[in-house]
Amino acid sequence: MIEIKNISKTFGDRTVVSDVSSEFESGKTNLIIGESGSGKTTILKMMVGLLKPDTGQVMYDGRVFSEMDERQQQEVRKEMGMLFQGGALFDSMTVEENVAFPLRMFTTFSEKEIRERINFCLDKVKLENRNHLYPAELSGGMKKRAALARAIAGNPKYLFCDEPNSGLDPRTSLVIDDLILELTTDFNMTTVVITHDMNSVMQIGQKVMYLYSGKKWWEGNNKEVLTTTNKELLDFVYASEFLKQLKPGGK
Amino acid sequence: MNFMFHIGRYFLLLKRAFSKPQKFSVYRKQFFFEVNNIGISSLGIISIISIFMGGVVTTQAAFGFTSAWVPIYAVGFTTRESIILEFSPTIVSLLLAGKVGSNIASEIGSMRISEQIDAMEIMGVNSASFLIMPKILAAVFINPFLIAISMFLGLLGGYVMGVATGAVTSNQYIVGIQYGFMSWKISYALFKTSFFAFIITSVAAYNGFYTSGGALEVGRSSTRAVVWSCILILLADLLITQIVFTH
Repeated sequence: MIEIKNISKTFGDRTVVSDVSSEFESGKTNLIIGESGSGKTTILKMMVGLLKPDTGQVMYDGRVFSEMDERQQQEVRKEMGMLFQGGALFDSMTVEENVAFPLRMFTTFSEKEIRERINFCLDKVKLENRNHLYPAELSGGMKKRAALARAIAGNPKYLFCDEPNSGLDPRTSLVIDDLILELTTDFNMTTVVITHDMNSVMQIGQKVMYLYSGKKWWEGNNKEVLTTTNKELLDFVYASEFLKQLKPGGK
Repeated sequence: MNFMFHIGRYFLLLKRAFSKPQKFSVYRKQFFFEVNNIGISSLGIISIISIFMGGVVTTQAAFGFTSAWVPIYAVGFTTRESIILEFSPTIVSLLLAGKVGSNIASEIGSMRISEQIDAMEIMGVNSASFLIMPKILAAVFINPFLIAISMFLGLLGGYVMGVATGAVTSNQYIVGIQYGFMSWKISYALFKTSFFAFIITSVAAYNGFYTSGGALEVGRSSTRAVVWSCILILLADLLITQIVFTH
């Protein structure tokens, strides 16, 4: 389980995240949603240690991550996997080398075991026979899947996904969402997903936290999202002209 | 104040870069990759420039030494001193600051803006150490070999040009390059080279590592890396020369 307790972050005189607390449970997909600039990515960066919170704590299964030194954080990070918005695959390496990188770096696996693990991860994300392609040769959806394979290569306890559907067509988005849900359930990971895609919210939002102006505004699950009376969340959920027609009390 | 900030951050980055490698076998592989990437791939351009510069120095020396009081073998002597003391270690290092420095800064800068460095950090990899240390060690190791080759080719270029144009005879040139030879000057030049290699790679890596923004910033980091490397190489050259030749 991951806990964030009263975390805040200010850049200059602008408070981006203000006193946010929440718990993200194991074996569940926990979504953080909100408009652009609401502080979603800042919270994620504080959770993984790329930014240090000005106040508050980030805890991994009771370990206070935000107060650890760099070496201790590196040890905890070996239990993390992350899917970046653009994939962040290493350009100079093939898909296979990307997936193998954390294994070669941190395990004592033999080359045979590494190869087996690579094949397992690429099978999981349905990217077989693409081992020798470079990131530049992959489509957007393939890049995300390859990045997901790399993220799960080290058998992480915690999986973070930063806008996994951005830039993808609706069908590919569904595939990525299904994969995230499947991997979370299969490996009992604590998954945190940053998104503003309502399809993802409905499909994989086992727990949903809505951020508004850097504050936690609402928390619940994907079913409760549709029946909420919270005005800001309703405006967010039914933002498109199409969905406005479905809004309670709408046309 | 801004200058002091960069100096402080540069040394902090070096401290991170030279922390204990997380896995020796991966670093060793990376080291040899960088030896090839930084060193061997620069051999072609260094060879061409060295041969031509040797020829030019010889021609200019022969043209300048018109007095009957100056022995003709002084052409070989002048070529040797110019090539060994300054041209090969310093000018070739300036050239490498352009070629290798911009390459390192843009490579690391691109990795920064495309979140590849963040990806490494989140895996638990010390990105500064993994990306920077092998590059610095590889350059410090391989550059003296490149410069030794440059010295040889520079002298060879001078010989070919001098003899082909009739400016000196083969015998006069060889006597000249042997005249008053002191082997410590080679050691001094190779030491300078290693020092310059450290400057080139560390300054370029620093500029790349702290790139923020987009493609435009990667270009700016690359330019900044080359400019600062050149300035620091010339400054270090002046200091080392002053220390060695006046003490």
